[in-house]
Amino acid sequence: MLCLGIEGTAHTVGIGVVKENNGKCSVLSNVLKIYRPKQGGIHPREAANHHTIYIADLIKESVKKADVNFSDIDLISFSKGPGLGPCLRTGATAARALSLTLNKPIIGVNHCVAHLEIGIGTLNNCTDPVLLYTSGANTQVIAFAEGRYRVFGETLDIGIGNCLDKFGRAVGLDFPCGPAIEQLALKGEKYLDLPYSIKGMDIAFSGLLTAAEQYYRNGKSLEDICYSIQETTFAALTEVTERAMAHTEKDQVLLGGGVAANKKLREMVQTMAKERNASFFVPSKDFCIDNGAMIAWLGVLMYNSGIRMKVEESFIDQRFRTDMVDVTWRE
Amino acid sequence: MSKELILYQGAEAKICKSKYMGFDVVKKKRINKSYRIKEIDNRLIFYRTKEESKLMTEARKYGVSVPIIFDVDTENGIITMEYLNGKRIKDILNNVSEEERIRICRMIGENIAKFHNNDIIHGDITTSNMILQDNRIHFIDFGLGEKNCEIEAKGVDLHVLMEAIESTHSRYSDCFDYVLEGYKNKLKGDANSIIKKIQEIIKRGRYR
Repeated sequence: MLCLGIEGTAHTVGIGVVKENNGKCSVLSNVLKIYRPKQGGIHPREAANHHTIYIADLIKESVKKADVNFSDIDLISFSKGPGLGPCLRTGATAARALSLTLNKPIIGVNHCVAHLEIGIGTLNNCTDPVLLYTSGANTQVIAFAEGRYRVFGETLDIGIGNCLDKFGRAVGLDFPCGPAIEQLALKGEKYLDLPYSIKGMDIAFSGLLTAAEQYYRNGKSLEDICYSIQETTFAALTEVTERAMAHTEKDQVLLGGGVAANKKLREMVQTMAKERNASFFVPSKDFCIDNGAMIAWLGVLMYNSGIRMKVEESFIDQRFRTDMVDVTWRE
Repeated sequence: MSKELILYQGAEAKICKSKYMGFDVVKKKRINKSYRIKEIDNRLIFYRTKEESKLMTEARKYGVSVPIIFDVDTENGIITMEYLNGKRIKDILNNVSEEERIRICRMIGENIAKFHNNDIIHGDITTSNMILQDNRIHFIDFGLGEKNCEIEAKGVDLHVLMEAIESTHSRYSDCFDYVLEGYKNKLKGDANSIIKKIQEIIKRGRYR
């Protein structure tokens, strides 16, 4: 089965074409464009306008790169949510247009679950992991239990990526600020105390953000602050992930989301996994960030498990939570 | 020191069975984590060991069943406490009769009210952290706890349990309602404003 997936939850508009081979995912193409605001945070309408401009060309490009014809495509998949309404609608509209034109079935999928499934689908031996999903908007610890992907821990306020971006903006870095903070942190030497906020398996970052901004205003070295932010937030993320692994008694851990591109975070989670004899997995960077291939792959899994959706039912859902998805494709 | 047997390896601590002055005890040893820098590691281990033993001792004073503490070593992060041979609520809640399940849930709520009445926040109320022995719910693992009189803190405390029940005992989603029933019964003060706060905390989460 060949599926074309359309991602458009926030900054990224992405199209991917994937093929299923014995339950494994082979990605034939995966192209994207990222909206970068000139200043400030994301403006939903501006982002949606950006996606509208590029989406048609990206679709053509992805089909060409996959070296297939439009008529070969068996299924159209799109991100139904969670995300920003105008962006989601742009992706869904394109998906409906394709589905009706090509006369092929359509399916709307959960963006967060897609991050998890692309890891399982593209990596060997990754079968039942605890996912630490860290991106701009999302910070969740997810694992399969009792028929669903359950959220065992999540942020109680802002996502980790958002925390990094907000701090970055306050000190004049460009979006996305994570990579710049990662570089600055390498030069940091002195640890500055920051709030470490864990409630059960949940986590909070806003107090730390305020404290970090305060350090900056008080003239502390930016390198030291970046170092301290990374060490503190990533330690907390690693700790809640480990708690979820102990709680669910699972011995695989998978990273996903844009922040998973950060080497420091990878290193810390990998160390944690090693110390508890668990396996550590991280998909290639193209599949960590928001992308169309993961949307296409989850579409395949859902369709093959018998889920069908009419065009009339292909709504978006800005608040489509991970644990609302009935996982029919797993035992 | 007598022979030690590892009973359980949790995320942050090792639980060993041991003997202390002739008593059966468990030693909870917080493990150094090499993924975090020593500044954070030392701070967390020291602070949590100290806080946990303090809160347990205090909770006991207010009639909450907790293991008796024999010794605290904050430097090495070790708490030596009474050995409980009951069953974890996590392991039994899905397997008992409807009637018993409701009774246990109410009892959980009543006990939480007892420590909330005295501004003790547990910090990690999950069914893994409760042990049923001699028909009493024993609470363990106060490591993320604190003293706090605010409605917010009590709301967050209950919210953690709500999430734990949703993820681990999802077939019995009414469990939490019975917990709240017991909680209301025993709470001195305005239980409704705390329960209202839980709703607010849920809505604060992403996509709620």
